[in-house]
Amino acid sequence: MNFTLKIWRQKNATDKGGLVTYNVENISPDSSFFEMLDVLNQQLIAKGEDPVSFDHDCREGICGTCSLYINGRPHGPLKGTTTCQLHMRSFRNGETIFVEPWRCGAFPVIKDLIVDRSAFDKIIQAGGYVSVNSGGIPDANTIPVPKSDADASFDAAACIGCGACVASCPNASAMLFVSAKVSHLALLPQGRVEAERRVQNMVAAMDSLGFGNCSNTYACEAECPKEITVANIARMNREFLAAKLFAEKEKQISFSL
Amino acid sequence: MDSSTRKRLSSITSKVIMALAGLFLVVFLVVHLGINLLLLADDGGRAFSAAAEFMGTNPVIRVFEVVLFGGFLLHMAFGVMVSFQNRASRPVRYQHKNRSETSPLSRYMFHSGIIVFIFLVLHFIDYYFIKIGLVAPPAGIAPHDFYHRSLVLFANKGYSGVYLISFLFLGFHLNHAVQAAFQTIGLNHSKYMDAIKVGSTLYAIVVAGGFMVIPFWFILFR
Ligand code: SF4
Ligand code: FES
Repeated sequence: MNFTLKIWRQKNATDKGGLVTYNVENISPDSSFFEMLDVLNQQLIAKGEDPVSFDHDCREGICGTCSLYINGRPHGPLKGTTTCQLHMRSFRNGETIFVEPWRCGAFPVIKDLIVDRSAFDKIIQAGGYVSVNSGGIPDANTIPVPKSDADASFDAAACIGCGACVASCPNASAMLFVSAKVSHLALLPQGRVEAERRVQNMVAAMDSLGFGNCSNTYACEAECPKEITVANIARMNREFLAAKLFAEKEKQISFSL
Repeated sequence: MDSSTRKRLSSITSKVIMALAGLFLVVFLVVHLGINLLLLADDGGRAFSAAAEFMGTNPVIRVFEVVLFGGFLLHMAFGVMVSFQNRASRPVRYQHKNRSETSPLSRYMFHSGIIVFIFLVLHFIDYYFIKIGLVAPPAGIAPHDFYHRSLVLFANKGYSGVYLISFLFLGFHLNHAVQAAFQTIGLNHSKYMDAIKVGSTLYAIVVAGGFMVIPFWFILFR
């Protein structure tokens, strides 16, 4: 298969950048999108040009490192799929393919198609964890969890933190990601303990980093490679409102010597 | 939480305020539609005028008018604020148009909101300002005679056109808005969400359609 590629090239964070057109030929329909880019990069290296930089790691859809906004959709045209799991058979022979980095003020471009997603790490640092060691593996059923909660928590925990939700959102909102993290912990007994504090701190971190506000377009749900649902966003809103309105004041203990 | 995060109202709080104000307006629209439909009664405007009179003098309604204006102002102020923040959150835009599947017209809520706002301004000039004496009523019509005022306006094809377009966009706005408000205040439930979405669309069709029936009626039957 042959393709015309229009790829965003940007030397560094301060460069203005722009789309550059490339052609690749004789690509197997069964090669992955990244293998196709590898072919392109070999051509560029052979010509002594700078290869296209893009993020990838596991190449098996589990790490959340890969990105790419392909023809107006994060992770390309396939539903529930990361870019590393996308194959060229999903495109038409001769098609022109636009490849851009995630666009969000909180995800600045580092080079070409690579963006800095450490804003997500900052949100996690604000509360996306359980503070105490939850111990060894308990005997089965010592901590009962309702089946529906276990399922919903597990589904939310599938979020790989790729940022496609932000990339697809017309408002560059991070609500789907944050709600997945909040839900996955809030639904389990070990996470429930800090749930009120967590949701407030994570939302505050999200707001301070410059992501947009959710306007319920649900583009995130349509593009999430792990098919995280917007029901998580409603759950987070519930948790947040309940915490803001009804959380008891924490006793402040001051130490003096 | 450092001081920079505390200055700004949380995104969720802003949106909940917007949603609650919006839901209040949703209830108000039904009342307003109910009264407007009395225009269609073939009684020389008696029922309509009586309703308008009641709305204009009943003390509870007078208080609610203030609440209503507050609701509109809150909804618009937060809508504008949230929309500006949203635009600012993506300083460099995509070259390729976004192709993600979204809730119908949900990305144009600001635009449909502006159209409804423009209509609201016209509506104020045509009715409210006349009522409170800011604008002189057209010759031969008393300031409180909403019935004849309406007959004159709907007899004008241009006005009816603007009215129809405005309500079409209000319908688009409501179609997304009602179910989105439920989602924002956290009322998303696996059992009821589909019904809420259908209800939202039905509400939009009934309310926007209900208002749009009126100019058609005047064009066809009067
Ligand atoms: S919610 Fe989905 S799209 Fe967003 S970061 Fe997680 S896996 Fe990626
Ligand atoms: S490279 Fe790991 S998910 Fe795509």
